[in-house]
Amino acid sequence: MIPAGELAERVRPRLPDLVVARGEVAAVVDRDHLLEVLGWLRSDPELAFDLLASVTATDWPDRTPRYWVVYELASTSFHHRLRLKVGLAAEDARLPSAVGLYPTADWHERETFDFYGVLFEGHPNLRRIMLPEGWEGHPLRKTEEMGGVNTRYRGAFIPPIDRRVSP
Amino acid sequence: MSFDTERDVDPIDPLSTAELRQETMVINMGPQHPSTHGVLRLLLELDGETVVRCEPIVGYLHTGIEKNMEYRTWQQGVTFVTRADYLSPFFNELAYALAVERLLGIEAPPRAQVLRVLFCELNRIASHLVWLATSGMELGAVSVMLFGFREREVILDIFEMATGLRMNHAYIRIGGVVMDLPDGATDAIEDFLDMMPGRIREYESLLSSNPIWIQRNAGVGILSAEEAIALGVTGPTLRAAGVPLDVRRDEPYSGYETYEFDVITRDSADCYARYAIRLDEMRESMRIVEQCLDRLREPGPVMVDDPKVAWPSRLEVGPDGIGNSPAYVRHIMEESMEALIHHFKMVTEGVEVPAGEVYQPVESPRGELGLYVVSDGEHRPYRVRIRDPSFVNLQAVPAMVKGGLVADAIAVIASLDPVMGGVDR
Repeated sequence: MIPAGELAERVRPRLPDLVVARGEVAAVVDRDHLLEVLGWLRSDPELAFDLLASVTATDWPDRTPRYWVVYELASTSFHHRLRLKVGLAAEDARLPSAVGLYPTADWHERETFDFYGVLFEGHPNLRRIMLPEGWEGHPLRKTEEMGGVNTRYRGAFIPPIDRRVSP
Repeated sequence: MSFDTERDVDPIDPLSTAELRQETMVINMGPQHPSTHGVLRLLLELDGETVVRCEPIVGYLHTGIEKNMEYRTWQQGVTFVTRADYLSPFFNELAYALAVERLLGIEAPPRAQVLRVLFCELNRIASHLVWLATSGMELGAVSVMLFGFREREVILDIFEMATGLRMNHAYIRIGGVVMDLPDGATDAIEDFLDMMPGRIREYESLLSSNPIWIQRNAGVGILSAEEAIALGVTGPTLRAAGVPLDVRRDEPYSGYETYEFDVITRDSADCYARYAIRLDEMRESMRIVEQCLDRLREPGPVMVDDPKVAWPSRLEVGPDGIGNSPAYVRHIMEESMEALIHHFKMVTEGVEVPAGEVYQPVESPRGELGLYVVSDGEHRPYRVRIRDPSFVNLQAVPAMVKGGLVADAIAVIASLDPVMGGVDR
C-alpha cells in the first residue's frame, strides 16, 4: 500500500488539481479528459486501478459547478485508492460513460442518473434503476420537494413536508 | 404467438418440437419468488431450459435511506444505515461511524474498537448462517435451512442481550459504542464458541461430499478473477476466484491489523468454492472473536470522552431491559441546568462535523461495503452514499447464468448472497 502523499506525487503530473486529505487522494478532472484519465489509471502498471468501487454524485444548487460526479477507484494489487471528481454545470449535466472501461459502472451510472438526472453519454442502457419508470424528477437533487411527489392516493394529497400545516 | 396452419409439418413425426426450438421464451422470475432472497426480479430469456439472456431488475425495496439521512442529524444517521443491509447491520454502522469519525478527526477508544470487531465478526457468522440456510433451502437441503437459522438464533440472542435488539441495533455510534457488554454476555459468547465448531462440522458432513450438493454447485456459475474485478465483484465471490482481497487485511480499520486471521481463497471460482469459503470464514471469525474476548479483560471506556461528540444520555440495563439511567435523568432534571441544555442541544442538533468528504470501506460478509460521506459543516450529512456489495455483485448475475440451466440460476444467485435491503437501500 503506497501512502496517499506518495500516490499523489505519482499522479500529479497528469492530475494537477488534486487534494490529499484524511489519507485520501482526490483529483478533479475535466469531463473531456475523463475516459482518457480512467484508461491511463487502469492500465498504468504502477497504478493499476482495476476496481471501480463506486460512482455517485453530489448536488450543490447554489454553487458552480452544480453537480460533482465522484468515482472511487481502487487497486486490487496495490490496495491504494483514488477519488476522481468531475464538475458539471446545472444546464449541461452530461459526461461520457465509463462502462466501456469498467463494466461495473453500469448500475452505478444508472443510479446516479436516476437520483440526479446526470446523463452518461454512451451508456448502453441508461434507464432508471431504483425508481419506477415514469417517475418525475430526480429525488436526490437538493431542490426536489420532500413528500408530495406521487403520493396521491384515492383523492388524498400529502403536501411536501415544509408545506404541511398541523391542525 | 400465432399458429401458421400452412407450415410444413414433419410428415414422419407430427409431434416434433424441432420448429418450436427456434423461438426463445421470456419469463419473469420474481419479484415474488422464494429463491430470490427478497424482491429481486430476473427477466430470463430461455431457449428450452437454457438461459440465453438474463437481466436483473432491482428497486422494489427502495426506501430512500440516503435521502432521509440528509434530513436527520449525524447521530440519527446510524439508525438509517443499519437498516440498509439488514443481515449485516453492524457493518453498516461501523462504516458510517468510521467515516464520520474520520471527518471529525477522532478515534474510538480501544475497548470500543474491540467491541466493534467482536460484534462485526459475530455478525459475519450470523450472516453466513443465513446464507447457508437460504441457499440450502433453495437447492433442496431443508435440514440445512433449519440448522442455519437455529445457530443464528443463538447469535441474535447475544445481540439482543448486548444491544436490546435482534436486528437494526444502532449499537456502534459516532465515537464508540452505545454501552459496554452486560453481565453474562461474555459467557454466552464463550458458550457459542464452544458449540459452533461442532455445528460447522455437521454442515460439512451434510453437504461437502453430498452428491446432489456437489452436482448443483461444482462447476456452476463460474466467474473468473478478471471478470469479477471488471464487474466490481468483491467478497467471497472474488476470493473464490483466487484473489485474496479483503479490506480487513489490505486497508485495516478498527485495529484489524493486530488480529490473527487468514484470508480464505479457493481457485475453482464456482458456487462450490463460495460455499467452502463461507464455511471457513465462519471459523476465521470465531478465531477473531476469541482474540476479542481476551482483549476485553481490560476494562476501559467505550465512548470518546468528548461531550461535543458523545451522546449525552446514559443507558442502563434494568430488570426490564435497557432504559435510561435514573441517576442521569435526576442529574439533568433536578441538579444541573447546564447539563439539561447540553442534553437538549445534542439531541436536537447533534454533533457538528467539519466540511469534507471521505470514502470508508469495510469488509462486510458480502464484500466491500463503502460509505461515501460528505459534510458541508452542518449538523446533518450533506450526502451519504452506501456502496453496497450486494448491489454491485448482482450485476455479475447475467455473466454467470448465461448458457447455463434455469436451475443453475438459482444456485448462482444463492452463491452471491444478495440482500435486497442493501441493494435497493
